[in-house]
Amino acid sequence: MIRTLSYAALSGTLLFSVNATASDATTQQYIDTLTELGYPAPKDDELVHIPPTMEDLENAKLHPELKRVIRKGYDLFTNTQQLRGENVFNNMNCSSCHLGEGRMPFSAPVWPAAVTLPNFRGKNDHVNNLEERIAGCFTYSMNGKPPEYGSDNMLAMSAYHQWLAKGVAMYPEQPIYGRGFPAPDRPEELSYARGEAAFEEKCSVCHGSDGEGLRVGDQTVFPATWGDMSNNWGAGIVRIFTAAGFIKNNMPLGQPNSLSDQESWDIAYYMSNQERPQDPRYTGDVKETLKNTEARFHKHSMYGQARETDGHVLGDHSNTGEKSFLKPDTIRPRTFE
Amino acid sequence: MKKIPILLAALGLASYSGLAFAEADAERGAATAAICMACHQADGSGMNIAGGESWPRLAGLDAAYISRQLHDYKSGARSNASMMPFVNMLNEQQIQDVAAYYASLPATQGKGSEGADEATLKRGQQLAERGDWSDYIVSCKSCHGPDNQGAGDVFPGISGQHAGYIKAQLQAWKAGARKNDTQDLMGSIARRMSEDDIHAVAVWLASQNSVAK
Ligand code: HEC
Ligand code: HEC
Ligand code: HEC
Ligand code: HEC
Repeated sequence: MIRTLSYAALSGTLLFSVNATASDATTQQYIDTLTELGYPAPKDDELVHIPPTMEDLENAKLHPELKRVIRKGYDLFTNTQQLRGENVFNNMNCSSCHLGEGRMPFSAPVWPAAVTLPNFRGKNDHVNNLEERIAGCFTYSMNGKPPEYGSDNMLAMSAYHQWLAKGVAMYPEQPIYGRGFPAPDRPEELSYARGEAAFEEKCSVCHGSDGEGLRVGDQTVFPATWGDMSNNWGAGIVRIFTAAGFIKNNMPLGQPNSLSDQESWDIAYYMSNQERPQDPRYTGDVKETLKNTEARFHKHSMYGQARETDGHVLGDHSNTGEKSFLKPDTIRPRTFE
Repeated sequence: MKKIPILLAALGLASYSGLAFAEADAERGAATAAICMACHQADGSGMNIAGGESWPRLAGLDAAYISRQLHDYKSGARSNASMMPFVNMLNEQQIQDVAAYYASLPATQGKGSEGADEATLKRGQQLAERGDWSDYIVSCKSCHGPDNQGAGDVFPGISGQHAGYIKAQLQAWKAGARKNDTQDLMGSIARRMSEDDIHAVAVWLASQNSVAK
């Protein structure tokens, strides 16, 4: 069952020819639900893809062994804490940031990686494949150590990503609807004090006043928004605009788009001013690390800046959180020579 | 949890957080609970009443959660004709004590899932554990904790609660009749649920263990 089509039929990529009317209606309903939740409708040239569900997997014509591996990938994605101490050294699951099992638009749905990679990535300045992209989120967002390339767990996770992309053509030319965490327009001024107050009012019931989140037993209910149990300084969400986009589109849980643009940015700014484990690209000196990474990454974060409230230089420490190493050895430059 | 004192201050009950009341005492609470037993039963198990108003299980619920609900009935933030006369008999000390008492009782099992068909239970399980993001119904467990057995003092355990009660509460939220939840967190979800989904998740949760086995 292919449920991909381009929203406006004008692109002529012929993504849908079978059951065009049925899938048109399905897609329209999908978009209606999203717009009712406050998300923008797709632009004319955007690619809209409805990723298949785990129920669809049961009915799909795939080898039973492949289905089993995809299910394992799903399980690792939504309960990544099972790799705690091995690959994961904080309280996150992949689904802590990629809501709706990695399928939700505006919550960085993960399937685009399966159809746009291998590709060049500015963050590490070389061509990456899907496994390396997943490894990136392990290294930074999970403050961890990626499973070995080609290992069972890595293969299972990439199989899950690929399954979610089912039916989309490789290297689509259209922009993808709902990709990433699109940020609202940046307001004139950001306020730490307003962000702090709004966090206390709207977020602390789940994430705690100190951003520590909540665990029950060995499971994360509410992930840590900063501190040792959160993502490290190298993770994409430390960029203020990415955090603002995440928050606006996804938080408070169950109430997307309920905050104003100003509130989302103020809270993002406040969160970006809190400490977290060191960036794995740390050289031993925060200024030097900032210099190496600023152009490609940290110009959007508060890393290496003095906090306005107390002058504390953010990221000026060698705390790696729960893990005993700074940088996993799988993270290395590639030259293809 | 910070919200409780703030709420009480707003209601003019700030003295509760001061020294005016002795510590909660479950034993004293047991005596107070004598007037509650007719409905909530001696073991705090409540009762599922098909076609009528069910009495919730209180045994094993979080003390702070119980106490807040009692305050909410008293202030009118939550209203129910059966509960109203009884909650009005309680003073502040008795509320703390009876909450501690019910929290200390071993959690009992839910009723009301008997005879539910497999498809309904399967749908209920999906909603409880994974949600249905096509309607932005976030899984119950993302707030109610692992196995929906509760998370902290804001998110009560709902596994092993009676199906009739779960249904009635979700319907009340949907209809706007219950709105004492923090930040409308529960209301936002309930309003997106169909009657069928409410039924499915209620019977599935009722069939589950109220505490880790
Ligand atoms: C702390 C939040 C966070 C966690 C946890 C997280 N990610 Fe991400 N992920 C991001 C951000 C931020 C992006 C970049 C989004 C953007 O492009 O703006 C991203 C992007 C991705 C992408 C690329 C999506 C695309 O559009 O190409 C993939 C694939 C991905 N993550 C997989 C994972 C996997 C697998 C895990 C668990 C091992 C994980 N992520 C955990 C925040 C997170
Ligand atoms: C009802 C509880 C709840 C509330 C309220 C809430 N969140 Fe979350 N938040 C969650 C859950 C649960 C997740 C992980 C998603 C999942 O597991 O499905 C999450 C994930 C996050 C993440 C990504 C992971 C991390 O910890 O960094 C951020 C950032 C975040 N929330 C920020 C906020 C902000 C800011 C607010 C207030 C505007 C807020 N949340 C309100 C429950 C909540
Ligand atoms: C006449 C029957 C009856 C009696 C007696 C009664 N209750 Fe209730 N109780 C109910 C019903 C019915 C509800 C559900 C009401 C609703 O839908 O809001 C309820 C709800 C509650 C709740 C909320 C539970 C939850 O999970 O949110 C608490 C707490 C409670 N009762 C405590 C007490 C205490 C303490 C007493 C004795 C002082 C008592 N009740 C006496 C019928 C009764
Ligand atoms: C975004 C967080 C959130 C999600 C998701 C959520 N709930 Fe709740 N729920 C709450 C909060 C908060 C309360 C406590 C309300 C109060 O304090 O009065 C609650 C209370 C309840 C109650 C009343 C319990 C009692 O003892 O009175 C029921 C029943 C319930 N939820 C069922 C569900 C079901 C079923 C789902 C999944 C379909 C669900 N909840 C998902 C936040 C949530």
